[in-house]
Amino acid sequence: MKARKTNRIRQTGADWVFDILNYIFLTLCLLIVAYPLYFIVIASISDPVDVYAGNVFLYPHRVTMEGYRRILDYRSFFTGYRNTVLYTMVGTVLNVFITVPAAYALSRKDLAGRNLMMMMVTFTMIFSGGLIPTYLLVLDLGLYDSMWALILPGAVSAWNLIVARTFFQQTIPDELLEAAQLDGATNVQFFLQVVLPLSKSILAVLTLFYAVSHWNSYFNALIYLKSADKYPLQLVLRNILFENSLGDMVEDASTLAAQQRLGDLIKYGVIIASSLPLLVLYPFLQRYFIQGVMIGAVKG
Amino acid sequence: MKGVICEMTDSVNRPAPPVSPRRKKLLRALSNWQLYLFLLPTIAYFLIFRYYPMYGLQIAFRNFKANKGIWGSAWVGLKNFERFFAAADFTRLLTNTLAVSVENLLLSFPVPIILALLLNQMPSKRYKKLVQTVIYAPHFISTVVLVGIISLFFSPSSGIVNHIISALGGERIHFMAESRWFRPLYIGSEIWQSAGWGSILYLAALSGINPELHEAAIVDGAKKYQRVWHIDIPGILPTVVIMFILNSGKVMAVGFEKAYLMQTSLNISTSEIIATYVYKRGLLQSQFSFSTAVGVFESVVNLILICTVNFISRKVSDSSLF
Repeated sequence: MKARKTNRIRQTGADWVFDILNYIFLTLCLLIVAYPLYFIVIASISDPVDVYAGNVFLYPHRVTMEGYRRILDYRSFFTGYRNTVLYTMVGTVLNVFITVPAAYALSRKDLAGRNLMMMMVTFTMIFSGGLIPTYLLVLDLGLYDSMWALILPGAVSAWNLIVARTFFQQTIPDELLEAAQLDGATNVQFFLQVVLPLSKSILAVLTLFYAVSHWNSYFNALIYLKSADKYPLQLVLRNILFENSLGDMVEDASTLAAQQRLGDLIKYGVIIASSLPLLVLYPFLQRYFIQGVMIGAVKG
Repeated sequence: MKGVICEMTDSVNRPAPPVSPRRKKLLRALSNWQLYLFLLPTIAYFLIFRYYPMYGLQIAFRNFKANKGIWGSAWVGLKNFERFFAAADFTRLLTNTLAVSVENLLLSFPVPIILALLLNQMPSKRYKKLVQTVIYAPHFISTVVLVGIISLFFSPSSGIVNHIISALGGERIHFMAESRWFRPLYIGSEIWQSAGWGSILYLAALSGINPELHEAAIVDGAKKYQRVWHIDIPGILPTVVIMFILNSGKVMAVGFEKAYLMQTSLNISTSEIIATYVYKRGLLQSQFSFSTAVGVFESVVNLILICTVNFISRKVSDSSLF
């Protein structure tokens, strides 16, 4: 009896150490991820002289809205924002409209040829034509320098298609289809009236995945767009962050050093302004993102 | 519902006419014509934007001239490949690509697994949730913004990292201009951005482990670290193996976007990888055939790698992708 008791105490003792170490480790991870994000926020509203000199660490110094004021005056940034909102909306609607019916069709066991189709889709995940042939195709189709060059080459993502198909396979029981067919419902009626109302969560998952990838993409715009007034936000950002195309935004600063300090302030500001929609919405939509990853994992 | 019952009795009473199996299959396919309509845009998309470019890969074996088009350009056999293998930068490109991707795979692969194992054992559910919400967040930051953050933080004169280094009495380092810092920055930021998000998969696998195993182990007096070692880790091992195969399939396809953005004329000796080379030679210098050949080389090495890892893991652990 006594031996058992000490054993239990020692056991909880070891677990206690494990828990403490666990707390310490995860808190460190939390800080490593959160601090840079926090620092960008405080650096974007602090006096650039203090940030430049390295006096800003834990809280903003001599709060100023100068950076944001200058961003508000910067036309290209707004054009970029407007373009990205447009591309994201049009692109996502098209993505979802094409992916969802196809994923449903592929989830049906009675669809002849569905294995062949799935092989065709999966193969593109491990092998592709690559940059140059795709580029030449977009040129041949006459999509160069148009919004559709950003949208059509990525109209369906193989991964999202498979995620949606797995969802339908798991959530739409065969009995439901049989009952509807006995009632004389066609496939379209069944899809619209029975499947879609049961699939709100997968619609949310797909919308979010597609929207995030449109919002964040810059490479297609880099190779397919020529006119600056069509540039999406990420391309404008690239120019601000790396090409130092700040131009008249910092022109009035007296010295080169002052211009660089102001430039840094603006850079911190545009990082916040461009990531804001996602970072603000994300905690509320987190469960849908996670659900999407989980459904994918079943198949993955 | 009434209609359903009527129909059912009807179909029972009526003797079905004899139909040959092949005819039956055809009839079924025809009765599902609406489903094929659902698939039509997707099929068209994959044929046009995914398979047609694969067909276009033949320009790697031709001498592509824009005015003659893909089909009119002359065949040159393996000349483009020979030129690439003989090029002065071939070895450097291959080493750079392999180094950054293999190092990245080995260093960043274990982090999400460790995170998931520890999150799974976290006693406070609320704290677990908080940590998760925060460490998932960087996944949503775009590559442009991520590299922007790196260049601001690691700037030699004003970056916070160098302020800390000099406050500790060290020498300021020009991170973005030194070739030896390219890979550490690339891999470090990769872990920062995606380790948290990557842990979701393993958390899902952990939640699938039968809780009775843990209960039985507790009754037997197993300590927490022993349960992690003997129950949790074996439980997620199949997922780990699959993820490792998937990730090794991406070894050659290093994220072009990030490498290109991080590239400066000063760190080019380590930051020039196959993907950035293809982009510059192909799209900036219009050497379409040559750069397609380089791209084909990359894809083929990739395919061989994924098949090899898959083969090994099927022999060793019975888990495989195909």
